[in-house]
Formats: sequence, C-alpha cells, structure tokens
Amino acid sequence: MSSAEVRLACKPADYKSDIKPIWCPGCGDYHVLMAFTRAFAELGVPPEQIAVISGIGCSSRIPAYTSCYGFHGVHGRSLALAAGLKVTRPDLTVVVASGDGDGYSIGGNHFLHACRRNIDLTYVVMDNRIYGMTKGQPSPTTEPEFDTALSPGGTGLRPFHPLVIALASGANFIARCFSGEPNQTAAILVEAIHHPGFSFVEILSPCVTFRPDERDWKNLVHPAPVAATNDPARAARRIMTDDGFNIGILYRGDRKPYQPDVGGASGDLSELEKDFER
Amino acid sequence: MDGSQSVSIAFVGSGGAGALTAGNLLLEAANAAGWQGLLTRAVGPQIRGGEAAAFVRLGAHPVECVPDQIDLLIGIDWLNAHRFGGEIEVGPQSLVIGDPRGGELPPSIMSAGARLIAIPMKEMANAIPDGRVNMIALGVAGALLGFDKNVFFGVFEKQLEEKGPNAIASSRAGLDAGYEVARDLRLGLRLAPAERTAARKWLISGNEATALGAIRGGVRFAAAYPITPATEILEWLAPNLAKVGGVLLQAEDELAAINMIIGASFGGTPALTATSGPGLSLMIESLGLATAAEVPVVVIDVMRGGPSTGIPTKSEQADLNIAVYGCHGDAPHLVLAPQSVGDCLFTTQWAAYLAEALQTPAIVLSDQFIGQARAAMERPADVAFIGRRVQASDISGSYKRYAIAGGSVSPMAIPGTRGGQYTADGLTHTERGIPTSSAADHLMQLDKRRDKVERFNYGDHWATLEGNGDLAVIVWGSLTGAAREAVRRAAADGIEACLIVPRLLSPAQPERFAAALRGKQRVLVVEQSHGAQFYRYLRAHYDLPAGGRVLNRPGPLPIKPSEIHRAIMEWRG
Repeated sequence: MSSAEVRLACKPADYKSDIKPIWCPGCGDYHVLMAFTRAFAELGVPPEQIAVISGIGCSSRIPAYTSCYGFHGVHGRSLALAAGLKVTRPDLTVVVASGDGDGYSIGGNHFLHACRRNIDLTYVVMDNRIYGMTKGQPSPTTEPEFDTALSPGGTGLRPFHPLVIALASGANFIARCFSGEPNQTAAILVEAIHHPGFSFVEILSPCVTFRPDERDWKNLVHPAPVAATNDPARAARRIMTDDGFNIGILYRGDRKPYQPDVGGASGDLSELEKDFER
Repeated sequence: MDGSQSVSIAFVGSGGAGALTAGNLLLEAANAAGWQGLLTRAVGPQIRGGEAAAFVRLGAHPVECVPDQIDLLIGIDWLNAHRFGGEIEVGPQSLVIGDPRGGELPPSIMSAGARLIAIPMKEMANAIPDGRVNMIALGVAGALLGFDKNVFFGVFEKQLEEKGPNAIASSRAGLDAGYEVARDLRLGLRLAPAERTAARKWLISGNEATALGAIRGGVRFAAAYPITPATEILEWLAPNLAKVGGVLLQAEDELAAINMIIGASFGGTPALTATSGPGLSLMIESLGLATAAEVPVVVIDVMRGGPSTGIPTKSEQADLNIAVYGCHGDAPHLVLAPQSVGDCLFTTQWAAYLAEALQTPAIVLSDQFIGQARAAMERPADVAFIGRRVQASDISGSYKRYAIAGGSVSPMAIPGTRGGQYTADGLTHTERGIPTSSAADHLMQLDKRRDKVERFNYGDHWATLEGNGDLAVIVWGSLTGAAREAVRRAAADGIEACLIVPRLLSPAQPERFAAALRGKQRVLVVEQSHGAQFYRYLRAHYDLPAGGRVLNRPGPLPIKPSEIHRAIMEWRG
C-alpha cells in the first residue's frame, strides 16, 4: 500500500481500541480521546507509527484506548520515557499524555527539562485541577480556597501557571484547548504535532465527579483574541494577563529541535579498542 | 638479581601535586616494558587541594588486587597524608622516601619501622625550568624498580604530547634527576623480567571496560546522570556511542535516566544507564516497571560506601540487597557482578545479551575499586554475546504481547510493526496487555516472568569455580582477586581450598551451586559489607554446610589477600 492510499484509509475509528475506558460518565477526557483519534486521522499517520506515552492518573489511561503503540508507565515520568523513544526512533510520531498531578507535581522537573531539551514531542496535559484517581486531592493547579479532605479550608497556595513555565523553559509551541470542543482541539493537536520541537498543549478537561463546578467551564472559555505570536516576550505578557480560558495557539517558536544523528553507519567496533591498545 | 613476583609502589601527595599522574605514567611505562599491573587510587572529597594517592602493583602475571603492604612509598609531600588513615600500609620491609621540606611524616607511617630516606625532591625540581616534584618521584621509582629510562621517554612522547615539547622536556629532566639521585639506593625488590608474549596489551579502567562491553553487547542508547564513581562509563560512551550509530542523552535526574532507557528499549534500541547507590535507589520504581512491562534495560551500579551519600569516592559491596530485593512486589530480574577490571567487559556484554534475550532488566554490580582501577593487561578474548530480542513480525490476527509462551519470552512487537500495537503497562495485565485486577491473570503473568528467567540456561558463566579441597572460599565481585591470591598462598602452605564466585547473583542457581558445593565440608564467605549481605543472600538461596564462617567488613578499606589467607589458615588450625 502506498502512503497516499494509507492516508485515504484513515478514519478516526481506525485509531480507537476496543477497550472500554474506566473514566466516569461525563469526564472531559472522553472528548480528549475523540480529539486524539480525529487528529491522528487528519494527520494520516498509520496507528503503528504513533506512540502514545503516559504516566499515572485518569488522563494517563488514554494510550490503551487508542489503537496506537502505547506505554502506560510510572507516575510522572512519561516525558523522560518519550524522550528516550523519540531520539532513538525519530521516525515515530510520539504524543505524551498527562494530567495536572502527573505532569506538574510529581513530574514537574521533567516538564522543565523537556521544554528546554526541545525534542520533537507533543505534550498534552489534561488539566482538571484535581487528583481524580485518588478521589479529590488538590493538585498544583487547584485554586487556593478549594476545600478538600486533604486540605481543609483550601491549600492557600497560589496555583502553578504551566503555560508561562513552558514558555520560560523553552517549549516551542504552546496552546490551550477545551475538551468540550473536540474538533477545535483536534485541529490544534494536528498543528502541535506538525510543529517541530516540543509542543505543549494544555487541555482544560473537567472532572465532573470531584469538581462539578467545572461544568461551568463551557461558559467561560473563549477564543484567543489574537493570532499566535513567535515573540516569547509578547506571548509571556498575553499568557500572564489572560483569564486562563483563552483558547487557541498562543505561541509558535522557531527553535531548532534537538535530534542527534542516530542509526547511521554502525562503525567498526574494533576501532573503539584503540583507546586502550598500547 | 632474580626479582620478585610483584612489587607495589605508592605515590602520595596533596591534591594537585601529581600523585595520580605519576602513578598513571608508571603504569604506562610498566605496560610498555611488558609487565602487567593494577593502578588504584585514593582521593578525598575535595576536587582540588585535598589528598591523593596512587597505588601501583606490578607483576609478570595478571594483577587483580591490592597488595598487603606497600613496598615503596614516595611522598611527593605529606601535607594531607594523615587523612588516609589505614589506607596506606607499610611495614619493616618497606622503603619510604620523602622530602624534608614536604611536611611531617604521618605517625602511622613513622611508627611502622620502615626504612626512611630523605630526598630533597622539591629543591631538585626547582632547579629545572617548569620542573615538577612528581617527575622526580617517578624517576626515583623507575630507578629503584630497575626500569629502562627510555621506556618512560616513550610514554612521555605519547601521554604528554598535548602539553607540548616544553612539558616533555621538563618531565624528562625531572625523571633524569630522579634516576640520578636514586642511583645508589636499593629497594631490595626488583621485578622479575617481564615475559614477552604475542598477546596484545591493553591499559583500561573497569569503568571503560564496562562501557566497551555494553557497546559490544549491542547497547546503542545510554541515558546519563553524573555520579561518582560511575561517571567515567558515561563519559566514555558519549563520544563512542556516536561512532557506532548510537546516542547518549544527559538526563535531568536518575528518575529520568531510567525512564529514558525504558523508552528507547521499548522502541527497539538496547539501552543502558550507569549510576551508583543513590541513583539506583531512585531508579528502583521504574526497574519494577521494566520488569512488569518486560522491557530489557541494563543498569550499571558502581557501588560506593553507603547508605545515603556515604563515601562517594570509596568502595563497598553493600548494594547487593537493593539490587536483588529492592523492587516492591515480586519482580524477577537479573543481577550480575564482574570479578575484575577485565571482567567488567565480559559481564556487561553478557548482561546486555541476557537482558535482551529475557526481556527484563539486568543490574550489574561493579564497584569503585574495579570501576576506577586501571589495569595493564592482555587483551581479553572476544566473546560472541550480542543482544538479540525475540521480536514479533508478520502479525496477523490479534497480537498478544504477553502471551504465555511455555516458560520463555513472548515475541515483542516494536513500534512501527503493523498489527503489533499494544500498550506496555506497569498495571497487572492480560496476555494482550489490557489492565486487569483478576487473580488468574495476576498469577499467570507472575509465573510467566518468573519462569522465563529461572528456566533459562545460563551455562558455565554463572560462576567462576577454581581449585579443589573441602574448604570453599565464597566471594563475589571485586574481592575475587584478593581471594584468588589467598587461595594460592594457602596452596603454597599445603592447604588446598577452592574458590566459588557467582557472577550471576539473581536468579539464584540452586542446582549449580549445590554441585559446586558437593564434598565441601566448610565454607568461608568473604565480603565488604557491614551487614554481611552476601552471607545472608547465600543462606537464603543455598544450602551451605553447617558452621560456615564469614569474614565481612564495611568499606572503604579493601580486604587484603593476607586477611583471607589468615582466615583460611586459622580455620585449618
């Protein structure tokens, strides 16, 4: 089959597995899965050429719900696992899926360094501002006054601002999506995957079980008023001053991705001994 | 003069005085002259201005352990030498050379009864343009050992080439002065003439041998987070992986390093990282993931004193427990230990082969002693172990990544293979890889992962078995050389003992071990661990004869051949 024929054959359903998600009814992540399969079909990359890598949490269950290769690893380390995969297999399309606990708390250090390293990965964080799988503890993006059993009366802590951190750390593409708009999310994912280097896509994805208030997000989101900039200073000002519900591509950088040469001439191993011969 | 079997020289100085350089050049020269040898070093925690000692033991045969005593100790200065404590052992037979202007001789050396000789090395160096005291010391050593001066000149041309002709000239002048001043001195020990053989000669450290073994075993990706005393493995791999189509990625921490190699291996590229105890501790959770998801990886642990930060620059054999038992849950994986500098090459190559063949992590327990020791040795023989993974191809129908395969591995689909898509998972999974909490699936996959490593035929490489006699000396890792020498000395005293050194520590090999112990009445276990971890490991897995003895001590002082020899002789009564 030629690549042109493969392209024609791709439908969103081709990227969905037969495994039934464990997510609660009404979870925003169902729509993220829909956006993934639509984006993959739009890209026309066959499922065996895509790897979806994740950590632990509700959002990290997504790889097995696709028909792509997947890795559901340990908590917080998906970006490192994906980095090892992508540098050795630059032919693959590698998408990393995470949540606000997995990505910003336990995996926070990897987030900084993945942005800085700028390997050609797409990092999707489904942010619901709560730990869902452990039943409702505050995450780094939870509002300070939000009351939980683990933080009676609220944490009193300022939420983390992932988009600004991504920008400051060197991410090459930054966007915010809302799971309730899967077509727009799919379109942005296509652009994120196409964009060279490290692309960061935050998807506001409500947890209707522990954050029923997030059902209201659909009334709060609005399109970003201006087109994406390639000027980090301008992007920083916009991201820091918006209301957190600006949806769209916010920054497109032009840094060169990090991709060392691999798989070239395998070389003569006996040459390596020369260091030691006397 | 016939010369002796082996001779030991130590250069001591404050950090930056050039003790390690003198030791390295002496080893290079000895190698060029046909001797074999081992250079070990002792350094303090300071990067500059601390204390440094180079110990060079030379002989006509392979040298694999430290000596009991230093025959010739040269103090370039004594400024920080008191910090070495018991690491520098001299006796009445030793010759100690120092500079009257080099500070006070430490009391432990002063009281040893050694012959003391003063040479004004600093003054002599000052008389030479750009002269350095360590080159005078090197010349003194060369003269006392009876080395041909020209051998050193040849070494200077190669090793000091980058420093320019002035450095070579001043080094030659320093060496000349050292030879001249030592002309009438006698060490009482000269090396037996080296046997000229056709074998190609190597000069290599354990960490370098480990790195070369990894590439020979098929490793083409490494993730790196620097840590003493493992960093040299990573620094050697960085340029050399690139020469063979591989790549090294520097990680932000050890948690990232282990996951990077899991990711690379998932993509089909054999992968490795190297660390020490603190790093291994951080990697343990993900080693469990690699075990459960059946992703081959190799982790080198160059052990240092522990627990916690411990003694980063000095050796200990106390990571056995975490390597064998560290993972939560039942997580069968491989643990191996090299037995000498040269064996770092073989064991790492074999580990890479086994990890790939068995689709599971392999931990290689090297240590600071053999990792940072440099050996002048004959080139090790080539071995054919190259990692090859059983892969799934031409997949039709439903692919089961974790299919029960009658006690062996199940073919692994590599991303890009059509029809092989699956999700690797640390969750308990079905044969297809789908998460489950069913008791039957859990048991089935636990059995699968146990059986594939336990039923594999590891062949004769699982252990080194030497000698006869009803007393077995059982050691592991870097203590092999000292134990071998002790057994040899006991034989010379008429006491026959055998040596058992398991190279494969996990999975245990009960049948092979029982065969090795057949007819043994007593066992002497020797290890460098405060908690006798190895002895307890042996007791857990093997039936030892009643009344085994254990000689165990924590690092950092090496266990010497004489101590093991004494334990053998005492037991014999």
